[in-house]
Amino acid sequence: MSNSITMIEAVNLALQHEMQHDDSVVILGEDVGTNGGVFRATVGLREQFGIKRVLDTPLAETMIAGLSVGMASQGLKPVAEIQFMGFIFPTMEHMIGHAARLRHRTRGRLTCPMVLRVPFGGGIHAPEHHSESTEALFAHIPGLRVVIPSSPARAYGLLLAAIRNPDPVLFMEPKRIYRLNAQPVEDNGKALPLDRCYTLREGSDITLVSWGAMIKETLEAADQLKKRDISCEVIDVVTLNPIDHQTILASVAKTGRCVIIHEAPKSCAVGAEISATIAEQGLLSLQAPVSRVTGYDTVMPYYRMENHYMPNSADIIETVTSTLEFS
Amino acid sequence: MDTVYTAEIHYSSYLSESGTALQKMPQWAEKPEQLVHYYRNMVLARQLDNKIIALQRTGQIGTYASLLGSEAIDTVLGELMLKEDVLVPYYRNHALQMLRGLPMGEMLSYWGGDERGNSSPAMAEDFPNAVPIATQALHATGVATAFKIRSEKRVAVTVCGDGATSKGDFMEALNVAGAWQLPVIFIVNNNQWAISVPRSIQCGAATLAQKAIGAGIRGEQVDGNDVIAMHESVNEALKHAREGKGATLIEAISYRLSDHTTADDATRYRSNDELKAAWDREPVKRLQTYLHSQGWWDEVQETAWQNEVSQIIQKGVDHYLAMPPQPIENLFDYLYAELPEALQEQRDKLIRNAQPGGSHHE
Repeated sequence: MSNSITMIEAVNLALQHEMQHDDSVVILGEDVGTNGGVFRATVGLREQFGIKRVLDTPLAETMIAGLSVGMASQGLKPVAEIQFMGFIFPTMEHMIGHAARLRHRTRGRLTCPMVLRVPFGGGIHAPEHHSESTEALFAHIPGLRVVIPSSPARAYGLLLAAIRNPDPVLFMEPKRIYRLNAQPVEDNGKALPLDRCYTLREGSDITLVSWGAMIKETLEAADQLKKRDISCEVIDVVTLNPIDHQTILASVAKTGRCVIIHEAPKSCAVGAEISATIAEQGLLSLQAPVSRVTGYDTVMPYYRMENHYMPNSADIIETVTSTLEFS
Repeated sequence: MDTVYTAEIHYSSYLSESGTALQKMPQWAEKPEQLVHYYRNMVLARQLDNKIIALQRTGQIGTYASLLGSEAIDTVLGELMLKEDVLVPYYRNHALQMLRGLPMGEMLSYWGGDERGNSSPAMAEDFPNAVPIATQALHATGVATAFKIRSEKRVAVTVCGDGATSKGDFMEALNVAGAWQLPVIFIVNNNQWAISVPRSIQCGAATLAQKAIGAGIRGEQVDGNDVIAMHESVNEALKHAREGKGATLIEAISYRLSDHTTADDATRYRSNDELKAAWDREPVKRLQTYLHSQGWWDEVQETAWQNEVSQIIQKGVDHYLAMPPQPIENLFDYLYAELPEALQEQRDKLIRNAQPGGSHHE
């Protein structure tokens, strides 16, 4: 029997499992040691594995990323934490210029098996610079995998896969659902694939595509639409680089309609990539234009206005309804 | 007010600009072997540099960053670093890379636009050239962190220019090296110029070495045109790091005798008088003068070695020019350990276009 645990506990469980089974896994970041991380993702690990495997770093994000590249080149598997997505930008030179290209530049002589974990997204009434969803900035980078779980079980299996993957992975954790919806997670060490979408619900009228915390609103919308006899297929994209377009295209071929839902601003976001691929490869199966339900092309607001920014299930239902009415 | 901290930065030199002894020589330098060995390597580096510039001017190699003026720094590091140490270089360390085993032809292929120049098994765990500025300093601290975690007596050595010390990466690297007492050495090749920006307006501090003080690590200045001073300083820093006592910042004072790269024209921003004065301090001639004065090197040996070096270089160049092009699919095949299915179609297209009749067939 497995206990019901939350996503943050599942992250902790996966870290603990992999540290136990692989001596080369080393955790580093700000406040990850004694404090166990600001969200408690690494709680207890320093006590269990010691100060050589759980490193409290100086407060410098560029350094955390650059140091991880150096450690990874030596065969360690650093799992570094950036406290909030709004503070990830200093890491970008190292993630883009080095982590993502080390294997390529050296023709496989050196590799970079690192994971950069980062909580992202709005909805927890956080300070400024704490609620961004900038996954598209990273999903654009060849050589860098981007993974986003939406449930405790997938957080566990995907984080194991990210750590075991021989290339750099940005592992983005939707912090709004860190402690929602506990579910049983078996600590079986089983990794999930890093190039597959998940069809969370099968349906025949329309395909809803989303990821991260917005999966919650998407499923709520699907539930309400079901009461109106509208059958939604719900796909969790999970891996934003590479994207499993085939699963999405097969679903759209079946339903003929698609709505993409994400919290990030609309323009040049991952939804645009999915939409363009459907236009390129699935146009003839479409019975209506692909629509997007997204955040606005604005700065992510401070918390008083964040509910106005973030899409909700009513927005999704409205767009699904108009997509179904299109003829 | 109480003084809570004081610090000094020391400068060391053994050979004067004119190649005479400034102080009693260390024991190893009282015999010819090591110094003659250094001299020979420095001559090779310099003649090779001339050759690469000629290759660039005739379209046989790409934009190239000359090593002119850094011969002593690279030669000493190449001699004193152990094979199991890790070099995290910048783009002006090709003499050092060769001393660590990188075949000349493969080194040349890097400057000829081919990533295989970064891939030689002879480079072992050394990093490829860092082209963005100062990022290598952090990679070196990461390598040193791995050594420390595994309790290995190895040292990470990284090199940058004076301009790089202005970057946050450099300061963050010094800081963590101090906080964690990491086995790493930061060599600043202070060649006085960051493209067109002179040292005087790069930083308001009297020395770049004193940046070490704020990080709690050793910092010193050394005459980077003086192999003996460089040897003493690097040797001590390696010993210190290997004994688990932490990091050192060595500011090696040199001069960039060349343009920044072959794409640069330094006459736009610096005077001929300054350059001429710098040539009076340069490292190769200085050591040669000293060797002559000790009777350890003569014109006959010089001519013989110059001829031998020409042949060594020609062999390296021949190797480079004869290298077959790399397979076009390398563009995809080293991006990930396993190519994602989603990229297979793009890979097929690349190969198709490169074939006879394809849109990119040469």
